Amino acid sequence: MNREQLLPALFPSGWTEQSSTAHAFTGTGQVGDTTVQVIGSSDAAEVGGDLALFMARSVLDTVRDHPRRPILFLLDTQGQRLRRHDEMLGLNGYMAHLAKCVEIARHRGHPIISLVYGQAVSGGYLTTGMMADACYALADAEIKVMNLPAMARITKIPLKRLEELAAQSPVFSPGVDNYFRMGHVLEVWSDDLAAHLQQALATASIPQDDQRMRLGQDRGGRKLARPVALRVLAHA
Amino acid sequence: MANSYFDSSARERLLATVDAGTFHEFLPPSARVASPHLRQLDQPVAFDDGIVIGSARLGGQPILVAAQEGGFLGGAIGEVHGAKLVGLIDRARVEKPAAVVLILDSGGVRLHEANAGLVAVSELIRAVLAARLEGIRFIGLIGGAGGCFGGTGLIARCCDVLVMSEEGRLAMSGPEVIETVHGVEEFDSRDRALVWRVTGGKHRYLIGEIDELVEDDAAAFRDAAIRLLSVPGGLSLADVEREHAQLQRRWTRFAEAEDPTDIWRALGVADPAQLSMLTAAEFVALAAPCRSHS
Repeated sequence: MNREQLLPALFPSGWTEQSSTAHAFTGTGQVGDTTVQVIGSSDAAEVGGDLALFMARSVLDTVRDHPRRPILFLLDTQGQRLRRHDEMLGLNGYMAHLAKCVEIARHRGHPIISLVYGQAVSGGYLTTGMMADACYALADAEIKVMNLPAMARITKIPLKRLEELAAQSPVFSPGVDNYFRMGHVLEVWSDDLAAHLQQALATASIPQDDQRMRLGQDRGGRKLARPVALRVLAHA
Repeated sequence: MANSYFDSSARERLLATVDAGTFHEFLPPSARVASPHLRQLDQPVAFDDGIVIGSARLGGQPILVAAQEGGFLGGAIGEVHGAKLVGLIDRARVEKPAAVVLILDSGGVRLHEANAGLVAVSELIRAVLAARLEGIRFIGLIGGAGGCFGGTGLIARCCDVLVMSEEGRLAMSGPEVIETVHGVEEFDSRDRALVWRVTGGKHRYLIGEIDELVEDDAAAFRDAAIRLLSVPGGLSLADVEREHAQLQRRWTRFAEAEDPTDIWRALGVADPAQLSMLTAAEFVALAAPCRSHS
C-alpha cells in the first residue's frame, strides 16, 4: 500500500497535509473528536540526517503547540541512508536525537502510535516506529533487519539451514508475524484500517513502561528476555 | 606501558575502569545464561552472552556498569545480551546510582537472532531515555577494537556524555556495509586513515558528538568517567531543542563538505593533516577552542 491509498483509508473523515516531500510527510488526521498528528515516511525512504531532523522538528512542534495530541508514525523505510556524508556528520546522533524527541513527547503525555504500511528495515525503524507505545503493521508490510541470503553470507551459515530454521523460529527471519511473536507488533491490521486506528486511539494509554518483553514471553517468541531482565533486577 | 582499552577484553576494561575490588557481577558466566538461538544454529555460545554487568564504585560513588565483549560476535546484541542490559537499567531506576557506565564495544544487532536483537536495541533506547528523564546519568566509554556501530551507536548517542579514544570508532553503518552497497568510491573501507577520519574519536570530538577525547589507556578513561560523574543528569525539552539547533546548524553548514578535513579546516583547525599525529592532550588543547559545542 502507498501513501496515497493509506491516508484516505485511515482518515475517511478528514486529512490535512502540513508538509510533504518525496519521502516524508506530516499532517493531521481526524478520528472522531480526536486530531492526530501524523509523521510519515514513504516510498521506502532512506533515513538520513535530513529526514531525522524533519521528523524531530514535527515532534517538537507538536509538543510545543498541541499538548497531549496523539502522534502517529506511518512508516515505509528501507533503513538508514548508507552514505559517507551522513556518517561523517554523525547520522547516529541525528537518529538518536529523534528518539529523544519522541521520548520527551511521551513523557509529556502524547500517546505514541506507529504503523508500518510498507517496509521497515533496521535502523530506519529503531528511532521512529519502534519508539511507540503501540506498534502496528499492515498484514502485507515487511519488517526486517536483513534478508536471509545476505544473512547467510555474513554469518556463514548455509542459506538452506537458515530457511529450514526460519520455519520453526521467529527470531531471525523477516516478517510482520515474527515481530508479533517477539512482542513488538501489538496487532496486525487488515481490512477496515479506520476502525483499527479508532480502536488504537481508544486504547492508547498514558505513557507507560515498555510492555514488549512481557508480550514476547506470552506469545512464545522471546522466552528469555523478560526472565533474564527480572533476574538482573533481583540479583543479590 | 599503558593499559590499552583497544587491546583489552570487556572484563579487563571494566575492572580497570571501576574502583579496585568493588565490582560485583550480576549473572556471571557461572550462571550459564547464554543464547539459545546460537545453540540452535550450532554456533559457539558465551556464558555471559558477550556482556559483563554488575555494580561497582567509581571515585567512591556507587555505579552500575556494563561492558560489551567485542571479541564475541563483534559484541553484537541478541536477546539475552540485550535483556541483561535492560535489566541493569531497570535496576538503576530503582537503585538510583550515581551513574550507569556503559563500556561499549559492539557492531549493533546480532544477525543470528536479528529480530530479537532489533527489538532489544529499541527496548534499550527507550530504557536509557526513560531513565534519563528520571535523572539517571549515563556515561558511555568507547575505545574497544569492535567500535560502536548500528544500534549500539544509537544507544551511545542516547547517553548523557561520551568518552572516546582516537582509536574508538562511532557511527551508524560501518564502512564495509557502505562500500558493499555503494562501492569503493563511496567509502573505501580498507583506507584506514579515511575510516579513522570519519568514525574516529578526534572527528567526533571536533563536531561535538562526544564530550571527552582521551588516550587509549584505561586510566584515562577512568579519570574522564570520574570527572563526568559531576555533570548534571536529566533530559528536558530545552535540552533536545538545543540539540536540534546544533544538529540543524551542522547539517546546513557542512552540506558540501566531502571529507572531515574540510570540516576541521572550517572549524578553525589550521593544519588538519597534523591532527592524527597529536597525543590526546595535545589534540584537546588545539581542538577545544575550535569544536562545535552542543
